Parts: sequence; C-alpha cells; structure tokens
Amino acid sequence: MKRFFARNAPAYVFLLPWLIGFFLLALGPILASLYLSFTRYDMVSAPRWIGWGNYEYMFTRDRRFWKALEVTFTYVALAVPARLIMALGVAMLLDKGLRTIGLYRAIFYLPSLLGASIAIAILWRQLFAADGVVNQVLAMVGIQGASWITDPDTSLYTLVVLAMWQFGSPMLIFLAGLRGIPRDLYEAAEIDGTPRWRQFTRITLPLLAPVIFFNLVLQTIDSFKTFSSAFIISNGTGAPADSLLFYTVYLFNEAFKFFRMGYASALAWFLLVIIATFTAIAFFTSKYWVHYENERD
Amino acid sequence: MKTSATDLELAIQMDEAARVAHELRLKRDRQERNGRILKHIFLIIVSCVMLYPLFWLLASSFKPENEIFGSLTLWPSEFQFENYTKGWYALPMSFTVFYVNSAIVTGLSVIGNLVSCSFAAYAFARLNFTGRSFFFALMMMTLMIPYHVVLIPQYVQFLNLGWVDTYLPLVVPRFLASDAFFIFLMVQFFRQLPRELDEAAMIDGCSPFKIYWAIILPLSLPAMGTAAIFSLIWVWEDFLAPLIYLNDIKSYTVPLALRLFLDQEGQSAYGQMFAMSVLSLVPVVIFFVLFQKLIVRGIATSGMK
Repeated sequence: MKRFFARNAPAYVFLLPWLIGFFLLALGPILASLYLSFTRYDMVSAPRWIGWGNYEYMFTRDRRFWKALEVTFTYVALAVPARLIMALGVAMLLDKGLRTIGLYRAIFYLPSLLGASIAIAILWRQLFAADGVVNQVLAMVGIQGASWITDPDTSLYTLVVLAMWQFGSPMLIFLAGLRGIPRDLYEAAEIDGTPRWRQFTRITLPLLAPVIFFNLVLQTIDSFKTFSSAFIISNGTGAPADSLLFYTVYLFNEAFKFFRMGYASALAWFLLVIIATFTAIAFFTSKYWVHYENERD
Repeated sequence: MKTSATDLELAIQMDEAARVAHELRLKRDRQERNGRILKHIFLIIVSCVMLYPLFWLLASSFKPENEIFGSLTLWPSEFQFENYTKGWYALPMSFTVFYVNSAIVTGLSVIGNLVSCSFAAYAFARLNFTGRSFFFALMMMTLMIPYHVVLIPQYVQFLNLGWVDTYLPLVVPRFLASDAFFIFLMVQFFRQLPRELDEAAMIDGCSPFKIYWAIILPLSLPAMGTAAIFSLIWVWEDFLAPLIYLNDIKSYTVPLALRLFLDQEGQSAYGQMFAMSVLSLVPVVIFFVLFQKLIVRGIATSGMK
C-alpha cells in the first residue's frame, strides 16, 4: 500500500489541476446538464422535473429546432467540402517544384487565425452588404448582386465563403501529408508516361486518404460548433428569417436570452450526441493517422 | 585509315546524341520553368483575392466616411487618422480599458494554460502510474466536448460562486487545464524526448519535479512556444465566454467592445468601427509574423485548428 502510494503520488500531484478541472468543469457539468435537460429551469426558481418533456417538444413540436438543424447541417455539408477542396488544391500546388513556398503558406494561413475574430465577422457583414465590395466587383462585370446578408436565400452562403476563406489549417496538414508520399512513386509514373490526373487518382488520393479523412472529421466537428461569426452576422438572433439560426446560436438564445435553461440543456445534449457520433468515427480510425515515434507501452 | 573514320563517325554520333539529350533537357527545363511561372501567377492571384478583404478593411479604416462604400480602391483620397483617435473614445469607455481587460484575461489565461497543461502532459507522457491510460482516454474525450454542453451548468456554478462579472470564470478554468488540446499537443512533444534523460536523472537522485523543470521544460521550448501563441490568439479572440460572463461594460474585453459598435449601427461611424477592428487584429498579426514557424510546425504535428 505504501509502495503503491509512493509510486503514484508524484504523477497524481502533476495531474491534480487537470483532475480537479475534469470533475468540476467537464464531468460534473455534463451530468448536471443531463439532469437539467429533464427539467424546466429558469434560474429563478429551482429546476422542476418534467421527464422527457423537453425532448418531446424538441423533436415533435419545435419548428425552430428543426430549422436550426437544417441550417447547421446545410452549412456543414457545404462549408467542409469547399474548404477541404480548396485546401488540398492549394497544398498540391505548393508541394511540388516551388522553392519559395514560405510566403504563400503564410498568406494562406493568416485568414485561419483571424477568421474567428469579431473584427472579421464585422468586415464580412460589410463586404456582402447591398452596397458592399462584393456587389461592386459583380457590378463591374455587369451582374446585379443580391443583398447577400439580408436575403434569407443567400445569407448562409456568405458564411460558407467565410469558411472557405479559412482553408489554411487543413492546407498545412495536407502539406505535411503530401511530404510523406515518396517522390520515386511520381518519378516512376512520370517515366511510364502516366498522365497527371491519373497520378493524382492513383498515387496522391490513396496515399493521402487517412489525412483527408482526418481533416474531414476534424473540420466537420469544428463546423458544428460555429458560433461567433454566425452570431455577429445575424445580429445575435439567427436573422434574416432564421436563415442563420445555427444550432449554437439557437442554444445560446434559449439559454441566455429566454433563460429556458432546461430546454437549452436538452439542446446541448443533442449536440453532444451529434458530435460524439462524428468523433467516434474519428476515434476508431485513429490508427491510420496517429503514430507516436517513441511509443513504449 | 578505316578505323579512324569509324572512330570519327562514332565521335560525331556521340556528339549528336549528347546534343539531342542536351536539347531535351533544355526543353524539359523550359517546360518546368513555364509551369513554375504559371503556378506563381496563379498563386499570386489567389493570394491577392485572399488578402484583399484585409487590405480593404485597413484602407477603409483610414477613409472618410463617404468613401468607404461605393469604392474598391485601397488608397484613401485623404488619410483620416481621426477614425482611430475618435474611435478609441467612441464607446462609453475608452478602448484603453478594453485593451487592459483583454491583456489581463489573455495574460493570465496563457500562464494558466502553460502551467496546468504541461503538468498534466508531463504526467501522461513521462510518468508511470496506475490509471494512466484510463485518464488519458478521458482527457482525449474531453477534447471533443462542445463548450456549449458544459456552458449552462458552469454558468450556474459560477453564478452561485458570485463570479459572474469577474474574470474568474474566464481565467480559473485555464489553471485547471480546461483547454485539453494543449495537453495533447505537449504530450505529443514530450513523448519524443529520449527516455534515457529521465532515467539518468532519476539515478542521480532527481525528483520528478526536478526532471520536469530542469530537463523536460527546457527541451520543450518549441512546444511550449506553440501552445503559448495559440492560447494567446484564441483567448484574445474569444467571444462566447466573455459574452456570457461579462455584463458590465467596465469589464468588457476588446471583442465585446467591437460588438457594441454594431449595436449602435445606423448612427454609427463605419470608419471608426473599422479602425478599432484593425487594431484588434494587430496583436494577432504581429504574433503570427514573429512566430510563423512555430505556428506552422504546431499545426503540422498536432493536426489541429
């Protein structure tokens, strides 16, 4: 017993801050929000147990919940492929035959760092405004642009473009992946006279598949959590006509505007289920992309 | 002399062959150079499109109000530095207050992240203890938990503690290693350091803390640097947590202050709003330019963000 303690004590001292955090900031709140999701709770009076009431309302009667799912899934389905195709395309251009890729890499990555900021969300509102930059460029080629942000049919696309603009980090991961493909494969293909697009489908894509998949899962999870830009561009409400009612924005409003904490907890738990599904996929395929060089045990 | 004639012929043939080969090589080089030039042209165009919004923001922050919309040019007819001087005081509190607030929150958060995450990472990567794989799996699972799921109970918790409208809800979690991503990043790095170092130090009678402090940390400066820069940038841009916990304008961080500009749109001055937006991005851009290598390597090895 004493030896057990002596062996483990130092490690647990180092682990202590994280352990406290894990129980108080992760596990505790997750269980608490599971409990709250079965209650009606307005933060004034104590939570009142209502069984499956919140979930029942969510799935059967709440039109805005379905609208939020629709908006979020549409966004994910458009933004993730757009961003990844952009990232892979540029990564491949940078990978071969250019010596001075540093500057390009920096330029393409910068938007990824800035993109989550409020300043950029503010900028985006103005770029896509009726008299904004985008419409002026379109006017030069004789196209009458829409009022992108205030038109419910187009507002979501402005956020998809914003997502595309931030292709930098998947691009860097793709670049690292491309470096891992042996050069002689391409040289051999070149000598055999294999055309470029075949080299792409027969060498690049298969060998890059784990990286592509990794990026896909990561970006998907990330896109489900989109909040700040949607919140700012939609004035915090999901306007116009709920076309920017991202799941997270809806959840935020239910919780902190209307103080329907119980219902918001149910929403939060459903979001956890969605993301857990995608993460489970990533986890079970992790052997394809994670490997530690110094692994001992 | 027959032999010398064939020799000569052979020599001529070889010369010819060499010439053809040389020409082919030249042709290939030329093609490659053309390809490279085309690539550069394409990449430069993409770069311009990518950067144009940022330059437009910068230019607009200097433009007189009536020039901001309806013009694509990146050169103001006259530079309106007033946008900056007036914008700084345009809100009920001056931006000095917001920057000080942001600096406090960001500074403390970065320290918290570095200390608590490197502690946990050291335990996971270098120490043997009962329950290690179990806790490591738990830690990896917390990576995927959306902040929104823990948000409501955390809010109730902090409200009961009387912490709402203070910086504690923003800072204290960081001292409890709540940004598990950085643990992951550091574990990746710590694991690559040779084990022999710890073993030798242990034989010399070093305590685990001494090994952490004198061996692991000094060898892990790149990883610590990457973590510091990312946490600095993310905390600086953080919007959701301040939005929830800070109600009093005196305690607002910069992103919350920027949002106030939007609330008073209509009457508001776009030039000033843009000027303050530019300023809010300046620290991020500076850190990016200075530490670009660390950032790029951090993403390539950890595969995140």
